[in-house]
Amino acid sequence: MSYNTIERFFRDNITDAKGNSIEQNAKSQLNINTGKVKTAQLFSINYDLTEEQLQAFAEGCIQDNITDEVLVNSYFEPIDFACAVAVAQLPGVTDDEGTSAQMALADFFNLELDVNTQHIFSQYIYFFEKKLSEDQLKLVGERLLGNPLINHFTYVYAGLESGKIEMNYYVPEVKMEIDNTIEFVALEGLKDEELIQLSKVKVLALNLEEMQAIRDYYLNPEIKAKREEMGLPIHPTDCELEVLAQTWSEHCKHKEFNAIIHYEDKVKGEQKTITSIFKTYIKGATDKVAESLAAKGNDWLVKVFTDNAGVVKATDDKLFVWKVETHNSPSALDPYGGAITGILGNNRDPLGTGVGGAKLLFNTNVLCFGPPNYDKPLLTGQLHPRRIMEGVVAGIEAGGNKSGVPTVNGSIVFDERYSGKPLVYCGTGGILPYDFKGKNSWEKPIDAGDHIIMAGGRVGKDGIHGATFSSIEIDEHSPMSAVQIGSPITQKKMYDFMLIACEKGLIKSSTDNGAGGLSSSVGELAEITGGALIHLDKVPLKYAGLKPWEIFVSESQERMSLVVESENLEELFALAALMEVELSNIGTFTNSGFLDIRYEEEQIAYIQMKFLHDGVPTKIMQAEWNDLGLEEPEITDELDYNDILLQLMGSLNICSREHIIRQYDHEVKGKTIVKPLMGPEGRAPQDAGVMRFGFESYEGVAISNGILPRYGDIDAYEMSAGAFDEAVRQIVSVGGRLPNTEEGDGVFWSINDNFCVPDSFYDEVNNPDGKEKLAKLVQMCEALYDMATYFDIPLTSGKDSMKNDFKADGQKISIPPTILYSMTSKLNDVRQTVTSEFKMAGDLIYQLGETYDELGASEFYNLWSVLGANVPKVRKEAAKGLYLKVMEANKQALIASSHDLSDGGLAVALTESAFGGTLGAKIELDQLPNLGSVVRLFSESHSRFVVSIAPENKEAFEELMGERATFLGTVTEYPSLEIKEEGEVLVQLKNELLQNAWNEGLGI
Amino acid sequence: MVKVLVLTGFGINCEEETAAAYRMAGANADIIHFNQVLVNGYSIHQYDILHFPGGFSFGDDLSSGKVMANKIRYKKLPSGKTLLEEIKQFLDDGKYVMGICNGFQMLVRLGLLPNSNLRFTQQASLAHNDSSKYEDRWVYCKVNKMSETPFLKGIDILPLPIRHGEGKLVFGNDTMRQIVKTKALNCMTYCLADGTEISEYPQNPNGSELNCAALCDPTGQVFGLMPHPEAFLSLYNHPNWGQIKRKNPNISEEGDGLQIFKNIVNHVLEQREVEAE
Repeated sequence: MSYNTIERFFRDNITDAKGNSIEQNAKSQLNINTGKVKTAQLFSINYDLTEEQLQAFAEGCIQDNITDEVLVNSYFEPIDFACAVAVAQLPGVTDDEGTSAQMALADFFNLELDVNTQHIFSQYIYFFEKKLSEDQLKLVGERLLGNPLINHFTYVYAGLESGKIEMNYYVPEVKMEIDNTIEFVALEGLKDEELIQLSKVKVLALNLEEMQAIRDYYLNPEIKAKREEMGLPIHPTDCELEVLAQTWSEHCKHKEFNAIIHYEDKVKGEQKTITSIFKTYIKGATDKVAESLAAKGNDWLVKVFTDNAGVVKATDDKLFVWKVETHNSPSALDPYGGAITGILGNNRDPLGTGVGGAKLLFNTNVLCFGPPNYDKPLLTGQLHPRRIMEGVVAGIEAGGNKSGVPTVNGSIVFDERYSGKPLVYCGTGGILPYDFKGKNSWEKPIDAGDHIIMAGGRVGKDGIHGATFSSIEIDEHSPMSAVQIGSPITQKKMYDFMLIACEKGLIKSSTDNGAGGLSSSVGELAEITGGALIHLDKVPLKYAGLKPWEIFVSESQERMSLVVESENLEELFALAALMEVELSNIGTFTNSGFLDIRYEEEQIAYIQMKFLHDGVPTKIMQAEWNDLGLEEPEITDELDYNDILLQLMGSLNICSREHIIRQYDHEVKGKTIVKPLMGPEGRAPQDAGVMRFGFESYEGVAISNGILPRYGDIDAYEMSAGAFDEAVRQIVSVGGRLPNTEEGDGVFWSINDNFCVPDSFYDEVNNPDGKEKLAKLVQMCEALYDMATYFDIPLTSGKDSMKNDFKADGQKISIPPTILYSMTSKLNDVRQTVTSEFKMAGDLIYQLGETYDELGASEFYNLWSVLGANVPKVRKEAAKGLYLKVMEANKQALIASSHDLSDGGLAVALTESAFGGTLGAKIELDQLPNLGSVVRLFSESHSRFVVSIAPENKEAFEELMGERATFLGTVTEYPSLEIKEEGEVLVQLKNELLQNAWNEGLGI
Repeated sequence: MVKVLVLTGFGINCEEETAAAYRMAGANADIIHFNQVLVNGYSIHQYDILHFPGGFSFGDDLSSGKVMANKIRYKKLPSGKTLLEEIKQFLDDGKYVMGICNGFQMLVRLGLLPNSNLRFTQQASLAHNDSSKYEDRWVYCKVNKMSETPFLKGIDILPLPIRHGEGKLVFGNDTMRQIVKTKALNCMTYCLADGTEISEYPQNPNGSELNCAALCDPTGQVFGLMPHPEAFLSLYNHPNWGQIKRKNPNISEEGDGLQIFKNIVNHVLEQREVEAE
């Protein structure tokens, strides 16, 4: 195949910003001097066009006639560069730029063209002035320009004689043999080892008990008879095995959250058996909260756990939909693609809740990475933490910004144990009307005979085995097809279409196609009617050559499954055509009791629904807790508090995220009230994000995230309770109200819990500390239950990710057990919210809440690389007492600024509130409990705030708060922080110094 | 009532707040998918103002706004004309066109801005920010006193958010830069809080030539800008609303960005009155 080509590059008088940034990054990150870098883009075209047409298209559509040069069917071969790298996609990897060029071509010639399959392939070429060694060139290519898992690299040096860069360009055409054959896999008579081996070879990620259950199903005489009747052999088809593996994956069935756990606490000498931590603690908590809410006439809980996202009543005419989930494994392999897919996939959860068509209001992201300055040797397949961070951030930028959804809140946690597998939590809130054309929007009605419509992107090999893959540890043999790249624009078109189609009442129900693809989405929806009939030959493909089973489990992105009644088909298809969204009618829901899959005339799967969804054996797991033997360290060094505070401000978990935050659009839609950074210079970090729901009222929602993994090294219960408290106090800090404090107050709260843990299934050889890890998980759940039921705050949805270990070269990097609480709560009037920065010189500063000697796992101890033992404990009764007072103070508008105390304690919160407002502070610690300067300044005790108030409110405020408020000092015009204790100056630093330390902490 | 057509689809994402802005300014705003116009032949001529909102049409592929601009320039409507030809007619009828961010990028690529010779050829371009990064940050913009476009009447300094990766306005040569300056088509420039024009990052967030944040055409009927006035409809959109309100508790709750929309809506109404007389 020979291709026509168009190449474009910047004119010499135009700044090549991308080239400049590569030059800088090569220097700063890889210590390679590339000299000048020039970029170019090449389009390889396989439409039939004349030379004149090609020239006209190049000049009319590809070239920018101010900034670009273009070449048609000849290559840019500069002489002043020594080497070059061309970075193309690998076959089948999303190439949006090529696709957009196809659309431009169709418009340019006013032609009907096949734009759904790839005919134009784009790639970037980078020319380097200096002659780099082969190793250097490869390093620059693979570290800064692409990823070998998704990209093809062509490296070339200038010819010795010509001095020119001449390249043979690669085109990633997909070439596959068409193979529709169905394989039958005999299980009968297989020994245990053989079953295990089969699971491994086919990447099914099923254990022995599960393989046995499947084998036994096919031996069941009733099933045998049924199969005979359908003309199927008694052995399972490849498709059936894949569907079972996908449906039974940890990712989809949450087998460990539903396992029977034998828990032994050797410290307390207690034993218990827990049947499903999900049902016992998470659902258990919400059930209890629901009763408590109902008792007080609060009826805002609408839908919990049973759909893609939780649903609560927000206002008289709006429901609020909330979902947070993780996308860790793909982000470890291809951070950029993994993060885009994470965001877009999570967006589809609210979009596919109930009938579907929720309007997306905001995104939030919480990320856990290894330190960007990680200097240990990388294991095979392990990407450098900095590269993971930059890739993930770029993915969020592309995924979130291009979807038109503002990113309003987030958090980044650094810990070396995330260097193998990062955690990428993506959250999305949306708004549903109560009804679409009179039908309840949150319900998911489906009847036999309804059509199954696949909407959005086409199906390719991408993402096959995503669901099973995320349920196993990553190793150096992880399949390439596990990586997918999202196409934000394909999804945006589908999203726009869904909004209108739902509004018009054309869609009866919907769900998203995420992990497990059609197998998961149709399989789950079919539970409602009790069966489905699917014709896989009706599914449009990106390219020919997929086996039928691959079509069914492929995780190609940007797809929804819609349930549509016959009478609406025509109007729905017309609307989709207008909005350029591809729909295909791939089958119907039935009540046959079976999942019935065909390809053309052939029967390729026929599985009993009951077995598919309820047949998975319950897991049995062991947990054991022993004393960790931790002690408080003695720090005997002479302490220079100025120096300590500067070090803390620059430490990884405290320093500024501005560089990252500014790459996210946090105000598209015009409804963001509290952004991640506020104040006169836009540098005051905020405790919670605040959005209004619409332009017609000031009702809105506060969004916060609580995550404290390092506390779990001392006490997993307190870590979980603390993270819960952190998220609650952040919302209280911005002016939120606790729920259920008054009869029928309608203040909704909706939490998503996200557990990410290392492999916690005990194995003497492979996972000797599995019992301890599982014990931590149980303790985290116990805290969740205690906190949620105490505060009457329900969990409405969530996720668990169970195998966060990176294994290679005989080594294992496991994450610390991590829980994230992502909270949202109703605000009646966003104008009453309180931000963290000081507002005016002369205002009075107080600490609210009690400080204890709790430096265990603190950022302060981290400066000495010690852990300690006194982890911050949540005293929930005192916390609630304080929060009720803060609510009252806010009701009276007494508080001018409020910042919760977290990493780094009081000293850090004071610093942020001061420089955030471009103001200073004079502080005296004398009125705080006398636990020593270090504890007063740096203890991370929970449930505390630093607030400032206008002097005229002093009396009212002090009377209201009583002993809960400790006076600290005043806000000053002079931008500097002074902290005294008993007349002695502990800290005296200008804002500028503190800010610089804070700004430079990430080292980027 | 003044009627505004807000076009959307293909990755545009600021249509909602843009329509809200015009509604707050007293106009009637319809949000219509591009293909209603391009494929179904929905007429733009029933409107007084045609608006191209911000977003990521076609994901900024090929260049920001380029694929959409190509559609407008080349794709034949059912009438046989292109949308660009319809827009020329729209302007000949004395009507108004505005583009924000991605919409501005389209207008520049279409030659509707700066259009110094009214020949509708591309005279400028939007290149990648000098920082090579997408950024969301608030900047100050100063209105060019020489500019007569009705969109900016009475405005002096405007704080607004920018949210783009390709916002560096380049004119390609000195002649073009000179013409733009002479005709005061560079109607808004990046500046400090006190109005001093500035070329340094981050106050000039992208390295635009002439520190230019907005352009208008010589008739003043076409106006476009990189910053987002539709994201500042409420005081509470401003990142420093806390201190602003504390210093001036009685300050209006309206955002400064709304003035641009009010200006053009009121201008259309005034024009009508003039015509009626």
